[in-house]
This record gives sequence, structure tokens and C-alpha cells, in this order.
Amino acid sequence: MYHKNPTYRIFYLFNIAFLVLISVVCVLPLLHIFAVSLSGKSAADSNLVGLIPVDFSLDGYLRTFENSNFLSALKISVLRSAVGTILAMCVTVLAAFPLSRNSKEFRGRSFYVWFFLIIMIFDAGLVPHYILMEKINLINSFWIFILPGLVNVWNIILMMNFFRALPRDLDEAAIMDGATSFQIMSRIYLPVSLPAIATLSLFTLVGHWNAWFDGMLYMTSPDRWPLATLLQTIVVVQDFSKTGIRFEDLQTLSNRSVKSAQIFIAMLPILLVYPFLQRFFVKGIVLGAVKE
Amino acid sequence: MKPGTDMAANAAPKANPGTGTIARQFAATWRLHLMLVPAVLVALIFKYAPMPGIIIAFQDFKPWKGISGSSWVGWSNFELIFSMHDSRQVILNTLIISCLKIAFGLVVPVIFALLLNEIRQTGLKRSVQTLVYLPHFMSWVILGGILLDLLSLEGIVNQLLSFFHMQPVMFLSEGNWFRFTVILSDLWKEFGFSAIVFLASLSGINPALYEAAEIDGAGRMKQTLYITLPSMLPIIVVVFTLSLGNMLNANFDQIYNLINSLVLDKGDIIDTYVYRSFQEGQYSLSTAVGLFKSVIGFIMIGGGYYSAYKWANYRIF
Repeated sequence: MYHKNPTYRIFYLFNIAFLVLISVVCVLPLLHIFAVSLSGKSAADSNLVGLIPVDFSLDGYLRTFENSNFLSALKISVLRSAVGTILAMCVTVLAAFPLSRNSKEFRGRSFYVWFFLIIMIFDAGLVPHYILMEKINLINSFWIFILPGLVNVWNIILMMNFFRALPRDLDEAAIMDGATSFQIMSRIYLPVSLPAIATLSLFTLVGHWNAWFDGMLYMTSPDRWPLATLLQTIVVVQDFSKTGIRFEDLQTLSNRSVKSAQIFIAMLPILLVYPFLQRFFVKGIVLGAVKE
Repeated sequence: MKPGTDMAANAAPKANPGTGTIARQFAATWRLHLMLVPAVLVALIFKYAPMPGIIIAFQDFKPWKGISGSSWVGWSNFELIFSMHDSRQVILNTLIISCLKIAFGLVVPVIFALLLNEIRQTGLKRSVQTLVYLPHFMSWVILGGILLDLLSLEGIVNQLLSFFHMQPVMFLSEGNWFRFTVILSDLWKEFGFSAIVFLASLSGINPALYEAAEIDGAGRMKQTLYITLPSMLPIIVVVFTLSLGNMLNANFDQIYNLINSLVLDKGDIIDTYVYRSFQEGQYSLSTAVGLFKSVIGFIMIGGGYYSAYKWANYRIF
């Protein structure tokens, strides 16, 4: 057995050490930000904080939650994530089921496949999208966050592959009993597709929560921004001129521990949801990617 | 033969109307069509309807004149792209950054998957996975904010460097270091998540192969070279060909959140350039650059899917 080989044993120890090191490196920056967010203003601003908070203080969080800009952006983010994910999952499941039938059962299938394939590989680009949104009056509307994202071809494919991998014997019996396609989907396929649905919901949710560019592009006033867009302006651009934030607030927002607190709050929902869905998404991705 | 297979064969003709008229076929499948209506509508409005808008790439588009009122200029926007120093540099930057990302983004996850696959303690293995997948779920706004903070001249990384008596490094304000930072941080964010498919293919390898090799006296190194890697090759080929579609996609979110005016010459990419020209009101130029990217992307992705199908029998739909 190679396990007992002394050279292999040395390699094994180094390997463990290396992998642990890599894993730590992956979360170290996040821990650092967490520590800064819990530190006092002066310690944070003069870069004295490593991984342990210095002059422990909840000031960063308190000031963040006092800020009305932050709170309204948070509300928009929560709303778009919830509505966007639910609607997108409905559209995805509804589209994936017919596409999971083979072309004998569903004659139009290849037409739809090409229809979706084209939008997957060709994109009209930024300006044509913007002009369209202007034409249909969606600029500054909340629905611009939701509607364009309802169709994600990758997600439809993942869902379709999951449906396909289910044993076909399941629905044969239902067909004999006269069940319609709707009933087969909702009563037979959906209940057993929880892992796939959980995976795709996680991806969609994270996508919505993290989306910042649509807010910046399509919203002319910052009070309609989701959290990610507000954060982008505060943390990355550090330009407060167009945010309409009052001068006193500006002092607060540029404070390093407050910034870190905001970054951490933005990370928090993902940190909370992710561990529970991990076992699902590994299965979900693998099914979508590795197949014959 | 399982009894289930028989039943499937009998039930199949009932499920499909076979060679009936179009009306009869539709009577049997209209529900399936109906289910596709929402997705088709959204795609028509938000993905297909903007497509005619690309004609402004061939115009001198003025918003107040509209598409019908703006004058036609033929290919001159495209000639402009390839004659301007800026835009040529931008295409070059995009290619350099994205090709390096593709290369490292393939090699590192494969090596990581091989190393992780050696670990026999399930708990340790799972914890490593949980931690390395995590950055994938963070947005570049968050990570950009963190990196700007960590990598600044007074940041913690430069503090560490000076502790070891090394010169401070301008990670984000010197062109070549900027590229280095962009590629490394992208790798850091994605290597774990990209390794998922490779880990899955590793767990699918037949253990009997290793047992046989063991009996023949092959060490772990030889087993990896002659069993593991060849078994992974098909999925590596698929991932590689599909990633070629990203040749002109150097990641807008990342670059936009890390870039500054000091590194514009080496760090500006097609997507940031498109957005900047849009903000400056050069709508036709912006559309033309975007269209150039989309067409090349179309060829690369289409070619990628086709070759993945040809070489590895991978079917996307």
C-alpha cells in the first residue's frame, strides 16, 4: 500500500499543511475586515488592526444603522433578492421541464433550444440594452432589477439536466393515469428536485444580493440604489458627490471601521445561507457540468 | 431486462402522438409550449429586442435624433477602433489578462483537486472545501473594497513586507503589478469553486484501476500520472474549450472596482472602455466596441461548444 510508504507519509503531512494554509488564506481577508469593523476609530484609521479587534467598539455598526441611505438601500436589496429569486425560479422550472422532454415527446424542442442558445452566446451590448430600457420606460423602475434577470439560460440548463437524470419510470405511471404535463411536473418532478432548486436559488439569490452595476447604470437617483451599488460608491469609488449624502454623514461613512462594518453587513447574508446549501450545490453543479 | 423498460416502451406511443397532423401534435403538447411562454417572453423583450439596436454601431448616433434620424457612417467606427492607440491597447490588455486568467484558472484548480483528493480525513476535506468555495460567493464590490484596503501603501500587506525589510509594492498603482494583482486575486476567488467539477470526476474513477496498479508496484506518483490524469482529461478538455469563450471577458466587475487612473494604460479592458465611452456620450463608439467583443465572443463560445461536443462528446443542451 502506498499509504505506508515513508516518502508518501511526508508528502501527506506537507499536503495537509499546505491545504490548511490555502484555506486560511481564503478567509483571512474576510476575518481582517471583521476585526476592523469591531475596532475603535483611531486604531482602525491608523491601520493597527490585524485579526483581533483593537479598542473593541460597536460604533461602526451603530453608525451604519443610523444612516438612512444605508437602511433604504438595504431594504431595496432585500426586496429585489426575495422577489427576483422567487420569480426567476418559477420561470426557470417552467422552462426547464418542457426542455427536459426528448424531441419525440416535444416536437418544438429544438426550436426552443436554438432560441435560448443564441441569447447565451450573443449579447447585444451595453448601449442597445440601455436604449431599450429607456424606450420601455424601465429606467428608475424597481422592476429593472427583476425582469431582465428572469431568464438565465445556464440555470435552465442545470435544472433541465436535473430533470433528465430522474428515472423516467416515475412519470410513465402518471401518464397512464391521465396526468397532464403540469401535474407531472408539479406533483412528481418538483418534490424530488429540491437539491437542484436549492442550488439555483442560492446562485440567483447571491447574484441579486451582489448585483451593483444595474443600479448604477439604470437608476438616476441614489435613493433607488440597492446596497451593493451604494457600497460600491462608498467603498470603492469613494466619491460622495453624486450620492447626495450630507456632509456630516460623509465624515462618518469614510471612517474605516464604518466602511468595514458595511462590507461585513453586505457579506453576512451570504455567510449565513451558504453553509446550509453547500451540500446541495456541489451535487447541482456536478450534474450540470459532468454528463454524457 | 427490467420490467420498467418494457413499460416505458409501451407507454411511449401514448405520450407522443407520433406522425399526426400539426394540430394533433399541438393538442398533445400545448401545455409544454405554455410552460415556456414566460421564459420566451422575457427573452424576446430583454435579450432579442435590444439586438436591432446594434445598428447604431454603424451610425453617428445622437440620442436626440434617435436611431432613425442619426446619420450612417458605415464601418468608420470600427476603423476608428483599430486606428486609435487607446482602443488597440485596450484589446491587448483584455487578451493578456484574460488569457493568463484562463491558463491559471485551469491549472491551479486541477492541481488543487489532485491534492485535496489525497486527503482521507473526510472532516478535514469538507472544511477545506467550505473555506475555499467561500470567496466565489462574494461580489467584487466587497472584495474590491477589501483589496483596496489590504494592498494600499499603508495596508497590512505592505506593513508585512516592510517588517521583512522589503520595499513596499504598489499593487494597484503600477501597471504590471496591477495585472499581477488582478490575475492573482481572480485566481484566489475562483480556484476552489472551479475545482468542484474536477473533484467530481476524480471520485468517479474506478478504484479497480488503482488496485491493479498497486499490484503492479506503481507508487502514488505513477498512479496519478497514468490513471488519475488520463481519467480527468476529458473534463479538463471540456472546461478549457468552454473557457475560451471568455477570451475577451477579463471580468468587468473586478477591473472596474480595482482600477484607477494610474494604471489605465495597462489595466483598462474592453468592458470598462465600453462603459467609459458610454458615460462620455460616445454611444456609437461604445456600441461598436461592444459589438466587436460580442462577435468575437460568439465565435469563441460557439467554437468552444462545437469542439467540446466533437472532442469530448459534451452536449450543452
